[in-house]
Amino acid sequence: MPVVSPFVTAAINSGLSKDAKIALYRELMRIRRFEERSLRAYQAGKIGGFLHLYIGQEAVAVGCCSVMGKDDHVITAYRDHGHAMAVGMDTKALMAEVFGKVTGCSKGKGGSMHYFAPEKNYWGGHGIVGGQIPLGAGLAFGLKYLKRKGAAMAFMGDGAVNQGAVHEAFNLAALWNLPVVFVIENNRYSMGTSQSRSSAGTSLAQRAAGYSMAWDVCNGHDLYEVREKADKYLTIAREQHKPAVLEIDTYRYRGHSVADPDKTYRSKAEIEEYQKTKDPINIFQASLLAEKVLTQEIIEKIDQEARAEADLAAEFAEASPYPTVEDITKDIYWEEDNLDKKVSQGRIIFD
Amino acid sequence: MPVITYREALNQAMEEEMRRDPNVLLMGEEVGQFNGAYKVSEGLLDKFGPERVIDTPISEAGFIGAGIGASMLGVRPIMELMFWSFYSVAFDQILNNAANVRYMSGGQINCPIVIRGPANGGTNVGATHSHTPENVCANHPGVKVVVPCTAYDAKGLLKSAIRDNDPVMFMENTILYNDRMEVPEEEYLIPLGKADVKRVGKDLSIIAHGRSVIHSLKVAEILQEKYNISAEVVDLRSIRPLDEETILASVRKTHRVLLVEENKPFCGVDAQIAYIIQDKAFDDLDAPIKRVSSIDAPQIYCPPLEKEQMPNPDRILKAALALMK
Ligand SMILES: Cc1ncc(C[n+]2csc(CCOP(=O)(O)OP(=O)(O)O)c2C)c(N)n1
Ligand SMILES: [Mg+2]
Repeated sequence: MPVVSPFVTAAINSGLSKDAKIALYRELMRIRRFEERSLRAYQAGKIGGFLHLYIGQEAVAVGCCSVMGKDDHVITAYRDHGHAMAVGMDTKALMAEVFGKVTGCSKGKGGSMHYFAPEKNYWGGHGIVGGQIPLGAGLAFGLKYLKRKGAAMAFMGDGAVNQGAVHEAFNLAALWNLPVVFVIENNRYSMGTSQSRSSAGTSLAQRAAGYSMAWDVCNGHDLYEVREKADKYLTIAREQHKPAVLEIDTYRYRGHSVADPDKTYRSKAEIEEYQKTKDPINIFQASLLAEKVLTQEIIEKIDQEARAEADLAAEFAEASPYPTVEDITKDIYWEEDNLDKKVSQGRIIFD
Repeated sequence: MPVITYREALNQAMEEEMRRDPNVLLMGEEVGQFNGAYKVSEGLLDKFGPERVIDTPISEAGFIGAGIGASMLGVRPIMELMFWSFYSVAFDQILNNAANVRYMSGGQINCPIVIRGPANGGTNVGATHSHTPENVCANHPGVKVVVPCTAYDAKGLLKSAIRDNDPVMFMENTILYNDRMEVPEEEYLIPLGKADVKRVGKDLSIIAHGRSVIHSLKVAEILQEKYNISAEVVDLRSIRPLDEETILASVRKTHRVLLVEENKPFCGVDAQIAYIIQDKAFDDLDAPIKRVSSIDAPQIYCPPLEKEQMPNPDRILKAALALMK
């Protein structure tokens, strides 16, 4: 690949100012450093349950979310930190959430897999593989029904395409002309299972053809290309109410979750090869250096700031209190949280 | 006697049954090449090959349904759910197809299938991954439900479940996988539907299943040492079939009952147990039956609070003492 991506001249990219490009680079860096910091917190015993790191895949979330329109919406799976940051969620609330603190974005109730920020058009963070995809179609249905001009992006992994719910959602989206882009983040593995061991056929996105839905593939290591393709299909969805499946090739450097010993299904050499030749941050950095947008000085500064932000988030999380036992039974029912508007009678929480 | 883990007990049960009966196979996500998400199936792929240890895509409705279909023809699949929580993706297959096909066919068909995997909270994996569906499953006539809490029980019960000609929902616990105990080398079976009195006592019956039994045993010790209260701990082991006799015998002896389970309270297993006790041993009760279950909310992530949400020795002790007043 040439140092500067051929997609730099695509309409969505050619108009980017120097500052806008630097801002995109900063987003990639912030996610990487946040993830590394959360890994350290996990290793220090500050985080329970699962931690699915996004390291290596940053250009996918940053690229896709950077082309969102005002009323475009996002939903994703449990590997959700990158998307949350890409839509602008505050890292303090994100780190506090994985620490289980009441200052977390879900008040410590959801954890790493369940980040939410509806005010940022970010509908989670979902733990059941494929379960979020019908919801994504439903966001699109809602936008269309409410006559709002926007589209939904529903992210999933390469393993999720084998869930029935995904196919039902594909069919509905095509049948009903829903403004949704189904984004498959193909990092080649679902836990320890490679694509060829889990999915019939050679292309995941091509399954869309069975529903007469547009589909495309994309190099997810190239931020410019991700932006171009995501913008193309989001625009079609928004303007023409046509869904699409966009398969983005990417790679995760870490195990499936922090608990994955990562020994049985791929070689160290494979990981290193990706890190050396396809790292989305290195690639974008090299491009911006060649474009004379970045300097070593700015690179260094952005890195320092990204590290400092992640550290600050961890300090905030550490200093925050846990929710209380009383909090356990709050946020279950809208009506119980809005007692002034309550009309139901009878008991609803039991012991 | 060799000391083995709960995990190894399950592994041995599967290996022994696969050796005994060529129709037994194991299917599930990551059970083969990855050796199991929780390493319960470690080594089985090497021993039995990919025809009998089958890695599946993430398609619970598809592969569980396929296992049920194969079982109608006489294959005896052991299906691993990485988490029992994912059963909801296959709900229709399990609780419409497997549970009903025998009845709807007027007894012509049976499904000798085991669906197994961990069903527990306590590992901070949040609401979607912490379901304990023994009550939901047991609510469906046609399926059997087993919840072992020790290595010995896990092995003997899994072997029986595999030989059973009905669909058996076998619910394990990730927190117990590393628990060790002595397990005999020679083959043994534990019949489904047989509870186990894990501690004999005379003042109070603590009736529990799953990891709650382990907590209850700890509490029984404290009750004895600190309060001179002799608690009997009954481990249900099997939810359906259910050993009513052992439950009632214990109640008739102690006259006081504390029910402990990880289920959420509404329509939990213990609601049925409480009904049975008041129906069949009302006059034997010296006090109202009390329950400790999980606090009635979706499972919270926050690690210290999840501990509070679930039955734990503190909550059980408090309830036991209140009951003895
Ligand atoms: C219904 C369901 N089955 C199984 C799992 C366990 N699980 C969590 S992630 C995962 C792998 C998913 O892989 P992929 O879709 O490729 O996404 P990636 O992790 O690579 O981002 C599995 C099997 C789950 N969470 N939900
Ligand atoms: Mg994947």
